[in-house]
Amino acid sequence: MPHCLQCINLIMEIVHVYVRRRGDFGRQSHFSDRPAELLVDIGPDPPLADGFIHRDPRDVATQSAQEMSEHQVNTERFESESRGINHVEGGWPKDVNPQEMEQTIRFRKKVEKDENYVTSVLQLGSVMENCIKQNNATDIYQDYSEDEEAADEVQEPPAAKTVNVFRDPNEVKRTVTGLSWHPDGNRKLAGAYSCLEFQKASKDMSFDSYIWDIENPNRPELTLKPVSPLVCLEYNPKDCHTLAGGCYNGQIAFWDTRRGSQPVELSSVEQSHRDPVYKLIWMQSKTGTDAFSASTDGQVLWWDMRRLSEPTERLVLDLSREGSLDAALGASALEFEATMPTKFMVGTEQGLVLSCNRKAKSPAEKIVCTFDGHHGPVYALQRNPFFPKNFLTVGDWTARIWSEDIKESSIMWTRYQTSYLMDACWSPVRPAVFFTVKMDGVLDVWDVLFKQNEPTLSIKVCDEGLYSLRLQESGRLLACGSRLGGASLLELGPSLSTLQRNEKSLVAAMFERETKREKILEARQRELRLKERSRSEQSREDDGAKEADGQEDPEELIARAEADFFSAIDAEIKRRQKEEDKHRVGGEEEEEEEEEERAFQFEKVLKTQQCCCFYFCHFFS
Amino acid sequence: MASEVEETLKRIEGQRGVVGTVVCNADGIPIRSSLDGVATAQYARLLRKLTVMAKSAVRDIDPQNDLTFLRLRSQKCEIMVGLENEFLVIVIQNLHQ
Repeated sequence: MPHCLQCINLIMEIVHVYVRRRGDFGRQSHFSDRPAELLVDIGPDPPLADGFIHRDPRDVATQSAQEMSEHQVNTERFESESRGINHVEGGWPKDVNPQEMEQTIRFRKKVEKDENYVTSVLQLGSVMENCIKQNNATDIYQDYSEDEEAADEVQEPPAAKTVNVFRDPNEVKRTVTGLSWHPDGNRKLAGAYSCLEFQKASKDMSFDSYIWDIENPNRPELTLKPVSPLVCLEYNPKDCHTLAGGCYNGQIAFWDTRRGSQPVELSSVEQSHRDPVYKLIWMQSKTGTDAFSASTDGQVLWWDMRRLSEPTERLVLDLSREGSLDAALGASALEFEATMPTKFMVGTEQGLVLSCNRKAKSPAEKIVCTFDGHHGPVYALQRNPFFPKNFLTVGDWTARIWSEDIKESSIMWTRYQTSYLMDACWSPVRPAVFFTVKMDGVLDVWDVLFKQNEPTLSIKVCDEGLYSLRLQESGRLLACGSRLGGASLLELGPSLSTLQRNEKSLVAAMFERETKREKILEARQRELRLKERSRSEQSREDDGAKEADGQEDPEELIARAEADFFSAIDAEIKRRQKEEDKHRVGGEEEEEEEEEERAFQFEKVLKTQQCCCFYFCHFFS
Repeated sequence: MASEVEETLKRIEGQRGVVGTVVCNADGIPIRSSLDGVATAQYARLLRKLTVMAKSAVRDIDPQNDLTFLRLRSQKCEIMVGLENEFLVIVIQNLHQ
């Protein structure tokens, strides 16, 4: 019986009736047994067997070895901590209380009466005496082979290997933007952590920077807590307990590691920089508390660490010598050489390197000269420790070596690399070697005596970009900081960290040669320019005579050129038409028309171009 | 017999360069010493541990063997430990340069 589903509205009568058979709903399944039914039976077909060959013997391989599988597991980083328990005195039997003198004395006396004790001590006594006398007679560990000269070192290929990685302990990783080695003993490394990407710093990013002991990568030795993340951090070379750091908000902070994590002094916000402080350098002074800092707001400020409320001196990097902040160039690198305390150099965001003299009489004369070479901000600037006249700059995709005498261009430069170069420094022990780090995580070691167009050694330190680089004074250890807060410590092979024979003289000769080459090129350029100028002056004189004839001259020229041009186009069109008439017959007239149109438009474009050219010539002559 | 022991130890202590002697038993308890209390306890405890480890090292290599003497040379001094019958005689001597 069909069941009905009725939609009944209580107030009104039936609106619509849905009818469906019960059978269509899906009846409940009733299973039943049934005997097997043969559906298909395909018997063997003897004629088919003739198509096959009986194979005897057959090769079947079996292996009765144990089944094994390989599995690799890498455990999580195991953090270990050293702890010690002080065991004062032990081993006393239960009935003897070690604190009580009486009991211990009694115990001792008892042992001394022991037979065993007496014989043992007597026996050992003689043995011991022997040894003691032996020690007194000669030093059996004396080094007899000291006098032999070390054999000539085999030239090893340059190599460097990662010794340790110091990771940012915070959850949110920040870039290591600055590194500084401890001046004494070099066992500590200070790293400045901040996020330089504009507005990418998250709210819970920590402001801390750390000082690491290179033997312990698990935990930083000291945490520095500034008010704003540190962009650069430097140890005071005179006092190894003090550090100065430049903050992201422009302030300068001064720490004493003996006094804890908070800065001892902080510069006032109004008097500091208005942009992140990109570089801070300590100066050589009698008090050992002077430093100067540079920032992209266009100022270079000098500070005395004892009184950070305001800078002692201020310089605005304005090329027009007016001291206006609006026209100032942002500084992104700073350089100071202790042997030349009155001079310093600033690398700017605009790609210029300014050489300045601190002791100039007026602010306008402070900026002595500029070196223009880079298309992007100069991120690193350093003089060669052996040849202070030559300095290295890094910016855009190249590294350049300059000589102070040549202002127009660098004397040596690398090829354009595939990724951006972020930092560079010279090796403190080898004048021919410098290091650069790139945004693809690669550290390049360049040895100008070995290979000039390619790095001598390229090491991929990590997957993310490397932002900073510092070499230890001994020249063997190198620290580089990455975007995700990992500071890697690399050890250089002996060939890269020991001075080679004749290296200094070879490098000096090379720099001189390159400088001379540049000088010659510059002289030639100047000559050519002079010639051009004198020629143009001459032609101007001639033109001056002609101009009296009237302004028509250039216009006449234009008209003539146009006439020539159009006649040429017409000739071309006619030629094409003739060709087409030869090949095709009728029907393709549209194409011809199209071609004509195209030619016409081509004409128009060329015409305007020609006019422009002529007008330019007019202006120039 | 006790006096012989005393004599022996006094003779050792009288040698050139010897800083002090400590005699201790199997449990690391110092029986007799010429150094002060703190140093004595330290030497006895540490060297007892060291000799136990050295002894087990020697015996691991050759079970028939046994440790008889241990000499520890450091930058400033030499520590000599003689083992016999579970007793230790420790002598600290300064190097003569």
